[in-house]
Amino acid sequence: MSDASGRPHVLLLHPSDNVLICVQSLAVGQHIDIEGEPYVVAQNVAVGHKIARYDMPSGEKIRRYGAPVGSLSQPVKAGEWVHMHNLQSDYLATHTRQSVARQRSLKGE
Amino acid sequence: MSKSEPALQGFLRSDGRKGIRNVVVVAYLVECAHHVSRRITSHFNDLDIHLIGFPGCYPNEYASQMMQAVCTHPNVGAVLLVSLGCESMDRDALREHVAASGRPVELLVIQERGGTRATIDQGTALVDGMRQQLAQQQPVPMALSELIVGTICGGSDGTSGITANPAVGRCFDRLVEQQVACVFEETGELIGCENIMAERAVNAELGELIQQCVAKAEHYYRTMGFGSFAPGNADGGLTTLEEKSMGAYSKSGSSPITGLIKPGDIPPTGGLYLLDVVPDGEPRFGFPNIADNAEIVELIACGCHLTLFTTGRGSVVGSAISPVIKICANPETYQRLADDMDINAGRILTGEASLDELGDEIHRAVLAVAGGERSVSEALGHQEFILTYKSFEPIGPGCLPLRPAF
Repeated sequence: MSDASGRPHVLLLHPSDNVLICVQSLAVGQHIDIEGEPYVVAQNVAVGHKIARYDMPSGEKIRRYGAPVGSLSQPVKAGEWVHMHNLQSDYLATHTRQSVARQRSLKGE
Repeated sequence: MSKSEPALQGFLRSDGRKGIRNVVVVAYLVECAHHVSRRITSHFNDLDIHLIGFPGCYPNEYASQMMQAVCTHPNVGAVLLVSLGCESMDRDALREHVAASGRPVELLVIQERGGTRATIDQGTALVDGMRQQLAQQQPVPMALSELIVGTICGGSDGTSGITANPAVGRCFDRLVEQQVACVFEETGELIGCENIMAERAVNAELGELIQQCVAKAEHYYRTMGFGSFAPGNADGGLTTLEEKSMGAYSKSGSSPITGLIKPGDIPPTGGLYLLDVVPDGEPRFGFPNIADNAEIVELIACGCHLTLFTTGRGSVVGSAISPVIKICANPETYQRLADDMDINAGRILTGEASLDELGDEIHRAVLAVAGGERSVSEALGHQEFILTYKSFEPIGPGCLPLRPAF
């Protein structure tokens, strides 16, 4: 999980977590290890974002810091970027500038 | 005071509290008096003359109490109130409250003083006099345990909960051991943490009150239609509100939670306090806090002498009255905004420092700024201040189980 200088690409924050936190940006085609298995990065991932530690089905609770932080709305493969397209809150839905604009256009404003 | 405890210098106030600054505040009592107040303040270009105020014309008990609390904050030495004349804020009660604290206080009513130009001239002369008066005041020794420190996060991203927030938590643990009162807040950004937080309360009753106050926050934000989650949070890798919450929660460190307070309540002893910033009753007046600075003002109303502000995306704000120390979580953000940051907690990600080292560095920064050194945002002249309409019920007896018998 680390580069030539020994600096990790991704961090496991808690042993029970099923996502890894990207601490150096990942670029398509880059080779990293996930759970000891070689992995070729399939999409660019920025610092602070999450990738899946395992293959997981839709509905799976995602754990970060050892705590649940939402549920998968789509199945994911190990190494895949986990974000708003496949993870949703179990409390209040997340909004973005785009989702606010979409809501406005649905209301016909 | 033990010998090992670093002594600070503070400005003694009549209520026994001590300030780490001695600022003159110019306070507008309605937006209509804002321009005149700003002209008075900007005349001086002085880092210790601060502009604050309340924009609304309608009465609000919370706003009145907050104005009283911030105008008699220990960092405030003197107060000039500027009223248009027809607004609802009870200017005489506010003036009397400040006068009763022993501080120099003056009130200018623009409609009675000849309008814009005349009021600016009179206000400028009054502030000049207050400045000279405060320059005579000698500081007295202040124990570290007399300090109150707040924390807030703003512009959080996926690194905040790994670096800056837990580093502030380490600093808080150390300050709590030194009998400093430490305050963390924004129950709307602690949704999802209610159960683990309740387990840390000093007793079961307080734990239950903490759970209730997070449930209140969830109900309130649900009614507003949006959780406390900004688009920049998602750009920075945070996906859900509870993920943001878990990261924010780590600012509180690992000490037991001593009490649950509301805006304007002063922590009665050292320890760790949760500040409930979400209004009571049915949701009204809009979002609990429209931006980070509204939360900082509430921390200040609780007596916080300074605020530790963690940011991943890169907030640049400071605050009127109490200095803000900026701790940057993300090493890439730090590269872009280094001149706005006091501390680079991104060094944890680049392997240049450990969490404990960063906790120590933040602790040293607290002592330095409490000792008079300007924080970065303070030196840049950041003096943001937001106060809006809210409504609160007083806290119940179970909220402060360790309150000393006076």
